[in-house]
Amino acid sequence: MNDKNGQAESGVATAATPTVSTAPAPGMIDPRGPRFAAAITVVVLALILVLLPSIWAVVLLVWQAVAFGAAAFFGLQAQPYSRIYRSVVRPRLGPPTEWEAEAPPRFAQQVGLGFITVAMIGLAFGLPIVATVAVAFALAAAFLNAAFNFCLGCEMYLRYQRFTAKRSAAE
Amino acid sequence: MAGLLVVVGVLVLATGFGFWRWHTDGTVRDATGAVASPDVVSESAEMLTENQLGEPLGSQATFVQFSSAFCQPCRATRLVLADVTSAMPGVSHIEIDAESNLDLVRQFDVRRTPTMLLLDGDGAVRKRATGLMRKSDVVAALAQVV
Repeated sequence: MNDKNGQAESGVATAATPTVSTAPAPGMIDPRGPRFAAAITVVVLALILVLLPSIWAVVLLVWQAVAFGAAAFFGLQAQPYSRIYRSVVRPRLGPPTEWEAEAPPRFAQQVGLGFITVAMIGLAFGLPIVATVAVAFALAAAFLNAAFNFCLGCEMYLRYQRFTAKRSAAE
Repeated sequence: MAGLLVVVGVLVLATGFGFWRWHTDGTVRDATGAVASPDVVSESAEMLTENQLGEPLGSQATFVQFSSAFCQPCRATRLVLADVTSAMPGVSHIEIDAESNLDLVRQFDVRRTPTMLLLDGDGAVRKRATGLMRKSDVVAALAQVV
């Protein structure tokens, strides 16, 4: 776990030194970026759900797979929605007051890619209900992230570790 | 039309879940009776030792934080706990990686991170909380144990 920036986070306003806003520590990003990207993702996924199983939904699905995949394989800076944030939104906002590690949002993008992949496989096998369910889960996750700053990795990663360790112990 | 209903249904359910989580995150509860352990017959609290944790306990209290990878609230909670404990020499903060301590994770039924266990001076688990903790949550919990 990266923790190069030791800025304490307390609910009390103090006269402490303000966070350095120019060059963050390596691996640390503006936390508003992933939430903005999640908001765009919510719109795209909602459109997909409404348009399924038409060809337009497939087009959007492929597009969203590319968006998730860019982050999953190349890092958050490659995510198209993050690029929009950096070029259009961020200049209009003040500098961030805090930074967060890149790994948790990137993990969430990888999980999103997994959901989209399941959806596309479902459509390829002529099972639009599979696509609807998978995209619905992705929409829930993206919405929770955008609206509540929900941490998907916090929920999934440990449960996954417990589950796989149990399986290997039993065999 | 069906797709629109799915969207509305998902957003409504997610909003409900989101608010519930936001409300319960950081809430400190008594540990006794909240631990899923069928072997425990007595009512006494479970204990944690320096050997299990790899670091010495605090003389007055110890915050044990279970963290994992890909967990941004873990970092934020770590900063809050470090901030509070740095001012109190009898209270220590021990952060353990859940993934490499699955035995403790199972013993204390840790399902998500961050999970915080608050031990008293003897190493008995008195309080626990999950999710991001705010400074007020931490201070209030400490006041009940020290």
